[in-house]
Amino acid sequence: MKLIACIKQVPDTAEVKVDPKTHTLIRDGVPSILNPYDQFAIEECVRIKEEIGEGSISVITMGPPQARSALMRCLALGADEAILISDKAFAGSDTWATAYTLSLAIKKIGSFDIVFCGQQAIDGDTAQVGPELAQQLGIPQVTYIEKIEICNKHKLTIHKQTEDGYQILEAKLPVLLALLPPTSFQPEHPPMSSILKAKKKPFNVWDAKLWEAMNQNLV
Amino acid sequence: MGIEIVLDKCTGCGLCIKACPFAAIKIKDKKAEIEANCTLCGSCVEVCNFDAILIERPKLSDKDLSEYKNVWIFVELREKGVKKVSLELASKAREIADTLGENVGAVILGEKAKHLCNEIAAYGVDVIYIAENNNLSEYNTSNYTGILTGLILKYKPNIVLFPATHLGRDLAPRVAATLEVGLTADCTGLSIKDGLLLQSRPAFGGNIMADIISPNARPQMATTRPNVMKIQKPDFTRKAEIVSIPVDIDSKAMRIVIKEIVKTTKSGTKSLDEADIIISGGRGIGSADNFKILEDLAKTINGVVGASRAAVDAGWRPRSDQVGQSGKTVSPKLYIACGISGKIQHQVGMKSSDTIIAINMDPDAPIFDIADCGIIGDFTEIIPVLNEELKKNLCKN
Repeated sequence: MKLIACIKQVPDTAEVKVDPKTHTLIRDGVPSILNPYDQFAIEECVRIKEEIGEGSISVITMGPPQARSALMRCLALGADEAILISDKAFAGSDTWATAYTLSLAIKKIGSFDIVFCGQQAIDGDTAQVGPELAQQLGIPQVTYIEKIEICNKHKLTIHKQTEDGYQILEAKLPVLLALLPPTSFQPEHPPMSSILKAKKKPFNVWDAKLWEAMNQNLV
Repeated sequence: MGIEIVLDKCTGCGLCIKACPFAAIKIKDKKAEIEANCTLCGSCVEVCNFDAILIERPKLSDKDLSEYKNVWIFVELREKGVKKVSLELASKAREIADTLGENVGAVILGEKAKHLCNEIAAYGVDVIYIAENNNLSEYNTSNYTGILTGLILKYKPNIVLFPATHLGRDLAPRVAATLEVGLTADCTGLSIKDGLLLQSRPAFGGNIMADIISPNARPQMATTRPNVMKIQKPDFTRKAEIVSIPVDIDSKAMRIVIKEIVKTTKSGTKSLDEADIIISGGRGIGSADNFKILEDLAKTINGVVGASRAAVDAGWRPRSDQVGQSGKTVSPKLYIACGISGKIQHQVGMKSSDTIIAINMDPDAPIFDIADCGIIGDFTEIIPVLNEELKKNLCKN
């Protein structure tokens, strides 16, 4: 079972302040955190791996070098391998470009069964990268997932939130899941032993050069 | 045409035929063959287990951009009726189309929806594209994406607007990625500047506004939140041209199947984003139990209970009750905010309410800046008194 999780490091929007004179964002001193939606996705991903009893989790992000700390947290939470896609060429990517780059990274990893994403990130709130990534990978998506009920090697039973309640869906693999944390969700703080263990796990950094070669092979 | 069957990979399994909503594939000599009515929607590519179908859609040059005309909306339905947000989109699309000198088109997908056409036309729609099929009664990503993508490729609209609802936020990015065009999420303002769609949206938790244009691709696509755009007065003498789209859907090709639909809100009751009266509670409510005080008042005045993010994060209310930047945008006739400080993130979701009453212990709470009526005090004392008085008066009437 190959599980992939896509995450984002975000400024803690609860801490973002606006300069009263210039009306621009004061970003200095705003702490960066792992997007809480993504932390929930990682925790679910780890739970699914344990339930199935085998498999590996690759966690991917596209971002600046400092996004490493968000990936390290994911490794401490139980992911097996981290990939940081980082290059100045990727700065200012919109959701389509982000999804496209992530799709190339996932194709480079090879085959997979489930891609996990948070429903949205707390800085942009667009909720677009998940469905755009699913489209580029040519797999179906389920968004607004409240609960993964049953998971085996071929299919999932999922609760999807709707505006009037929820639907129970059955999804064949491979599939992309966009998860919505429960209202009471409190991000888990991994213990020191897990943080130390994370430092020994594989950590890859890919840049645009590697990319150009990939791109030519794929298209 | 930009679609190709890789013959040595195709096994003739026929799954693509089931997936094609336009009945544009047949099997000939044990291989798939594409018919002339293919729209390049891509539904077949997704289901093919052998990577045997390749699609290359033509890239647009500057000259091609001018071929794209008219402003389209995607019409979302609820309980066999038109959702209010769809009428908001129609009203906005009319305004934009008038500025551009173009028509308004609307796409309706559903089981039976022809009877809704008059209502949609009344809000300014000129052409309605309608696809009816049993398998479209409930939303599913793949069929809706395939049909809508096919229609966009065929009719070339300049602008396509979606509601930023659960459905729209699942469908719009899927369609945008298929067409390789941009998409602006959760717009709170749409206008035309130099012939382009100017899309305004809040960013960074509502702390700043961003203006976005999509100059190099068509269609220009955006989602807008419910209760942001104003509904114009309907004109029921308006008639729209109705274009029926024949579709052919085989549910066996679906990779995701709905097993059960559970409704937690009672059928017929108003949802938070369509309610006339909302009584919302925040951190100051103090506990899940205390929300009963708000529910009692809601019962008396036929309102719906909402919550701030703080109350939801505390686990006192479900996330579906959340009003604000990361929750729902509402614009009821009356919004009563109890124990909500009213930071910008909350205001973004409710400031267009007709009348706002705020009850808070803190005289400096930002909610008082936008309230029509402010009460400094304890809601546990004020709301029950208000409730009793209203009960007496409502009984008299």
